[in-house]
Amino acid sequence: MLGFLQQPVMVTAEVNLNMVALTAVGLLSRLWQLAYPRAVVFDEVYYGQYISFYMKRIFFLDGSGPPFGHMLLALGGYLGGFDGNFLWNRIGAEYSSNVPVWSLRLLPALSGALSVPMAYEIVWELGFSHCAATGAALLLLIENALITQSRLMLLESVLIFFNLLAVLSYLKFCNSQKHRPFSPRWWFWLVLTGVACSCAVGIKYVGVFTYLLVLGVAAVHAWHVIGDQTLSNVRVLCHLLARAAALVVLPVLVYLLFFYIHLLLLCRSGPHDQIMSSAFQASLEGGLARVTQGQPLEVAFGSQVTLKNVFGQPVPCWLHSHQSTYPMIYENGRGSSHQQQVTCYPFKDVNNWWIVKDPGRHQLVVNNPPRPVRHGDVVQLVHGMTTRLLNTLSGHPRGLRDPALPSLDIWALHATSALSSPPSAIPGSGNPRGSSPFCPHSQSRHDVAAPLSPHAQEVSCYIDYNISMPPQNLWRLDIVNRESDTDVWKTILSEVRFVHVNTSAILKLSGVPLPDWGFRQLEVVGEKLFRGYHESTVWNVEEHRYGRSQEQKERELELHSPTQVDISRNLSFMARFSELQWRMLTVRSDDSEHKYSSTPLDWVMLDTNIAYWLHPRTSAQIHLLGNVVIWASASLATLVYALLFIWYLLRRRRRVCDLPEDRWLRWVLAGALCAGGWAVNYLPFFLMEKTLFLYHYLPALTFQILLLPVVLEHISDHLCRSQLQRSLFTALVVAWFTSACHVSNMLRPLTYGDRSLSPSELKALRWKDSWDILIRKY
Amino acid sequence: MLCATSRLLAAREASALPAHPRGRAPAPRSRRRELHFPGHPELPPGDFLVGRFTKPSVPTGRRVILRKGRMPPAAGGGLAGSELRPRRGRCGSQAARAAGRDVATEAATARSPKRPALPSSRRFEAAGRWALLALVTLTSFASRFHRLDQPPHICWDETHFGKMGSYYINRTFFFDVHPPLGKMLIGLAGYLSGYDGTFLFQKPGDNYEHHSYMGMRGFCAFLGSMLIPLAYLTVLELSRSLSAALLTAALLTFGRVVSEEPPEEAALSRYLRGQRVLWSWCEAALGRFREQQDTEPRAEHGSKGGWTDTGCLTLSQYILLDPILMFFIMAAMLSMVKYNSCANRPFSAPWWFWLSLTGVNLAGALGVKFVGLFIILQVGWNTLSDLWHLFGDLSLSMVTLGKHLTARILCLIVLPLALYIATYAVHFMVLNKSGPGDGFFSSAFQARLSGNNLHNASIPEHLAYGSVITVKNLRMAIGYLHSHRHFYPEGVGARQQQVTTYLHKDYNNLWIIKKHNSNSDPLDPSLPVEFVRHGDIIRLEHKETSRNLHSHYHEAPLTRKHYQVTGYGINGSGDSNDFWRIEVINRKFGNRIKVLRSRIRLIHLITGCVLGSSGKVLPKWGWEQMEVTCTPYLKETLSSIWNVEDHINPKLPNISLEVLQPSFPEIMLESHMVMIRGNNGLKPKDNEFTSKPWHWPINFQGLRFSGANDTDFRVYLLGNPVVWWLNLLSIALYVLSASVFAVAVQRGAHLPVEVEGLSQVLLRGGGQLLFGWMMHYFPFFLMGRVLYFHHYFPAMLFSSMLTGLLWDTLLRLCAWSLASYPLARCVHVLGILSLLLGTAYSFYLFHPLAYGMVGPLAQDPRSPMAGLRWLESWDF
Repeated sequence: MLGFLQQPVMVTAEVNLNMVALTAVGLLSRLWQLAYPRAVVFDEVYYGQYISFYMKRIFFLDGSGPPFGHMLLALGGYLGGFDGNFLWNRIGAEYSSNVPVWSLRLLPALSGALSVPMAYEIVWELGFSHCAATGAALLLLIENALITQSRLMLLESVLIFFNLLAVLSYLKFCNSQKHRPFSPRWWFWLVLTGVACSCAVGIKYVGVFTYLLVLGVAAVHAWHVIGDQTLSNVRVLCHLLARAAALVVLPVLVYLLFFYIHLLLLCRSGPHDQIMSSAFQASLEGGLARVTQGQPLEVAFGSQVTLKNVFGQPVPCWLHSHQSTYPMIYENGRGSSHQQQVTCYPFKDVNNWWIVKDPGRHQLVVNNPPRPVRHGDVVQLVHGMTTRLLNTLSGHPRGLRDPALPSLDIWALHATSALSSPPSAIPGSGNPRGSSPFCPHSQSRHDVAAPLSPHAQEVSCYIDYNISMPPQNLWRLDIVNRESDTDVWKTILSEVRFVHVNTSAILKLSGVPLPDWGFRQLEVVGEKLFRGYHESTVWNVEEHRYGRSQEQKERELELHSPTQVDISRNLSFMARFSELQWRMLTVRSDDSEHKYSSTPLDWVMLDTNIAYWLHPRTSAQIHLLGNVVIWASASLATLVYALLFIWYLLRRRRRVCDLPEDRWLRWVLAGALCAGGWAVNYLPFFLMEKTLFLYHYLPALTFQILLLPVVLEHISDHLCRSQLQRSLFTALVVAWFTSACHVSNMLRPLTYGDRSLSPSELKALRWKDSWDILIRKY
Repeated sequence: MLCATSRLLAAREASALPAHPRGRAPAPRSRRRELHFPGHPELPPGDFLVGRFTKPSVPTGRRVILRKGRMPPAAGGGLAGSELRPRRGRCGSQAARAAGRDVATEAATARSPKRPALPSSRRFEAAGRWALLALVTLTSFASRFHRLDQPPHICWDETHFGKMGSYYINRTFFFDVHPPLGKMLIGLAGYLSGYDGTFLFQKPGDNYEHHSYMGMRGFCAFLGSMLIPLAYLTVLELSRSLSAALLTAALLTFGRVVSEEPPEEAALSRYLRGQRVLWSWCEAALGRFREQQDTEPRAEHGSKGGWTDTGCLTLSQYILLDPILMFFIMAAMLSMVKYNSCANRPFSAPWWFWLSLTGVNLAGALGVKFVGLFIILQVGWNTLSDLWHLFGDLSLSMVTLGKHLTARILCLIVLPLALYIATYAVHFMVLNKSGPGDGFFSSAFQARLSGNNLHNASIPEHLAYGSVITVKNLRMAIGYLHSHRHFYPEGVGARQQQVTTYLHKDYNNLWIIKKHNSNSDPLDPSLPVEFVRHGDIIRLEHKETSRNLHSHYHEAPLTRKHYQVTGYGINGSGDSNDFWRIEVINRKFGNRIKVLRSRIRLIHLITGCVLGSSGKVLPKWGWEQMEVTCTPYLKETLSSIWNVEDHINPKLPNISLEVLQPSFPEIMLESHMVMIRGNNGLKPKDNEFTSKPWHWPINFQGLRFSGANDTDFRVYLLGNPVVWWLNLLSIALYVLSASVFAVAVQRGAHLPVEVEGLSQVLLRGGGQLLFGWMMHYFPFFLMGRVLYFHHYFPAMLFSSMLTGLLWDTLLRLCAWSLASYPLARCVHVLGILSLLLGTAYSFYLFHPLAYGMVGPLAQDPRSPMAGLRWLESWDF
């Protein structure tokens, strides 16, 4: 019973002091004076806003990356008790006392510090010596650019941490695969790989490249498992399923989880609401939800509605009309219908209200009970304030042809003569440029072309000039999402298109701002050539109420009054997730030039730097500036690795094996992960069109640095033939490492920004002409 | 891996010899493994024959592969009778001939299923093969030449490519985003067929009248018709199965739709319009351009072309680049496959022939459109893996390997490059007259063109103080540095004189170079001439208004981060903000500055910013000219680089501009830069319906060519949905079956010989086709430019070939697994037949699309096409 007491309780602990020492030094280097400078440094101005949003739980949209990174930074703020009250508007602005700078910068600094021992572990797990592993860790430790980036509220160090974690845990998993598959240890590392990968992707989209690399290596290894004929089929299947679950399914779930938490946290409406759909906005507290609270759900004949364009590019806007008419003749000589303008207006306005009218009846109020509008119904849209009907014209009655003279001119002639304008104003006739936008060979129909998109029809509110043109104001309602929803037109939820009955043109936002005569509002046209689906032809009802007043005056009052009634609606998480993710990917930041932007080619040899911060009075400054010796030698190591690899590969093909099989496999795996990690994190930037900065290179650089000791050890083990050579080489390596430390120390003032340097010292540090080091002129 | 196909196939031919005629009896493995010991006494006669004929001609490459075991047997082992028999390519028979005696015949005999009746059946079979080829070719020619002259007016994009053909005949210089070969060929065809280049090709729908256009159409139709026999031969070579090849040909004949070019051109003209590429001295040409610009958006959707078919007719009927491009792509593919089959006889005449033909076709593909690059990559990959296999063959000496490598470098790199450059040489040689394309190129380039005002002009060579100059921006369609007597309006920076860029030649473009510190008249004859040198501090005085080019710390009117540039001062006296440092790119300090050739930057002395144009159009107060700013970011972008064009200085001797003319490599480089920029300029706008790559394989929506209404003659470009969806299904099915086979092999499963043969066809031949499809499809996802449906057609060729090969193989597998049932043999035949009939029927269904139609729209239930509108997004 008490047998266990008969044995002493033994604890045997092995402590790798190397690791402990490295961790300690790493923490020291990253955490030392972390709260200095107490001012906004470079991109903190950017991430800081989002931290504030999290603290205030206000919804925002940031296209630069998924929310996990922002959330981690916000976690620091949460732990430090930040209330979110700081205006992040200027780099260099002093933090007020309520900003917990230290805790905000803590998480990135910790991840930067932990990357150091992880580098050690990775090289060791790759099967290289402790010496090489220590070397890799030390190089990461003294790399100035990594130190700078880790000590601020920035995401690169966290991204690097998870990249390294993914690689490390995959290696650990791989090594335990050889001994005991399906053991707890095996599962732990496998699952950790998947989680780390999705964390990396969750911080920045570029994390996906590391994920793909790990996935690729895992696929190759899985292929070997398939080929292993000592395993039974069932066991192989188990292996494959376990990997698929942990490396594909799990990351997807974790990624969704980030968004779930993100949406859970951000529940209040904020400045970026406008970009999202009405349904999404309605799901946030305040903002639209308050406006639309209590609206009737189903749109009925007689309803008063505002119609928002679903696409909302270039800006979200509502269908709008106002008293002004289209100018009779445009600048290029074409004519218009001279009827009331219909535009899309990006602000809430009483002129955005439209009344849905049944063409068969004259009333503009809702019956009791309300008669809902369904898919396929024909409606008229009455502009609330002017009581004019939404109209688009096909210039000719059906079947009538006048091939000799484009009918636009006839129509313009009619219009102008009816208005008794001077004959010289007749547009188009005799002017080849005026008529050319109309394709002369599709002569059966000539329409009044939209002002700025001549291939589409003009949309107007019809003014009866009492000429032979009858109004064509019938629109067929086409509910796009009737399959997923119902075929009854619903506020916010239904996405509808308006198809013109006479011409089957579709009401579309062309997105072109009108000239001054149109008050720079956006052009709305009738698209008649393309009848496929595009979001710019889709509209949804945002504000809605049942019209009660028959008289125009009363109705105007009614339109000015706010809507009442109440329904709350909830979107499912997946709908919100997919909308948010899609908007994040498509939202475009106007890629402006930046003084410190650079091209990928500048990065390899560190031809550029970024000035992060300058002390307001002294010349103490922080730069993102790497350790040149490390950067150059890491690039050189990659080159050497590639050459050696090709050389060995070719020789092996000719059956000359320079390396024993296990050494060769180790060498290949190290290359695949380190050189491959560098390549996948670097080369894609050549294809990217956004503004690029030096810090984008840091993840790639980290992998490159890991490769450096691997190559050095390989050279010393395999290419130095005699003991003498080996000693010489070791001496060289030591000298090189000393110089790297020296350089790191010299650049230290620019890394920590703690010491003010004299102009001559600063000039002395400007080793490359392309470096931009700030020198105060006194 | 892919490239080994043919060699394996060849090996298979050999190894299959001794097998039982029906191929059902598994040949003993050991025996096959011994194939490489030709002298083995116990070898059966067949093996001995093979051995003898193998040894001299196919040395080691093949042997090594044989040694690896897993010898693929004849594909499908004679299931479908004669069709199945491995076809012996030209190389094969030549090999046999080379081996002397009657071995070849004997070998063939030995292989034939019915040994006794052999010679005649073989002849019959060969005849059948040729007859089928002839039939396929005939059908394809008939379908494309049918109604070739209809309609007798400009269709769709003919307006562009026909016009470009005319330009070649008239020798007028023009600009296009594609390389010149395709248009040159069109021009040549027109020239040879008696077209005189006088037709204007103004807009779609113009009648050709008496002009001879059939030559050009016929040429395109001819190349388009060749696609199908090429595909037939390629699949035949890859799969050795007539039925697969026939199926492919049918799919292509009935399934491919014709594509044309115009939307892209429309986008180009829109781009041009956006950029306002109007050059004053080619106003006339530009008038034409403008008309185009206005018609184009419409033309995108309307022309009276005949229907391009849902069945492949019309693409080739019109004067377009696509048939030419696809012809070269397919020809390159075929010659690559053929040369792979010749791998067992390296350095023989056919081997050289096919290898160099591959190179020629690659040059052709790249010379027509830049997407030809994808087939180059495919061939490159194939060559690399081929070399890799050779390299692993220890019996080949390094010298032999060196020869292999050199041969490939010669034929696949040097030869295509030479041909490609040659097309440009011809292009520039032919087009020696000034035309609508001048304005896209640099001033130095224009000096080459007769009729251009820079041609044969003579101006002083080096800039000197006192020179009157015009300064032109190097970026396309920006124009000259310009100023005029108007101020920036209130609220836009300082209220000083506007400085803009302007595209037209004008007196307000003239500037005088002055020294920064003296206002003396440098033209005073008593003073010596002083040249401007790199790094000098200068002042630029506007000649008409005598104000200095000036900048200061005010926001530029449109680009907020840049500084405003103004004209300042009275009669040339201003302040120190008028000083600019003139720098020449890539030159040493102190050098003189050359007219036309020197690329200069003007750096503002006080603020350190660089003079540039943002390319943004100013509002009405700026006369819609383009904004000039001083940018504080010192990156070397083209918009901040200028060159001096006109230069007047009476004190200097004039030299002929010919001295400054660029050399051929410079012309090449420049025209490529211009083309790349033109291509990058084709960006889609917001709110515009654009085709996305994912639309294409599912045939999501077609392209409206003309006629929106029911009374119009409507043209709608849409793939035959049956064929396209079958292709899509086949790709999925292929990936599935290929991975099943691959996993089975990796698990070490022992496949029956027939299945193994089929799996080899599937993995190797199909792999090449799948790779081709991916190479011609996926890169489009990365492209930022405007994309159109017709970009998918090269990929579609590959996917159709894959479909043919896949279904043939699967049906054979099916037939094999059902072999115990009496009907087994029919499964394959019936399957192929039903597929053939199915595609033919679907073609019949959709053929109105191919020939154009008038009548109610398909949305209208009365329309005969109403039932065929299977997708909402189809718009016919």
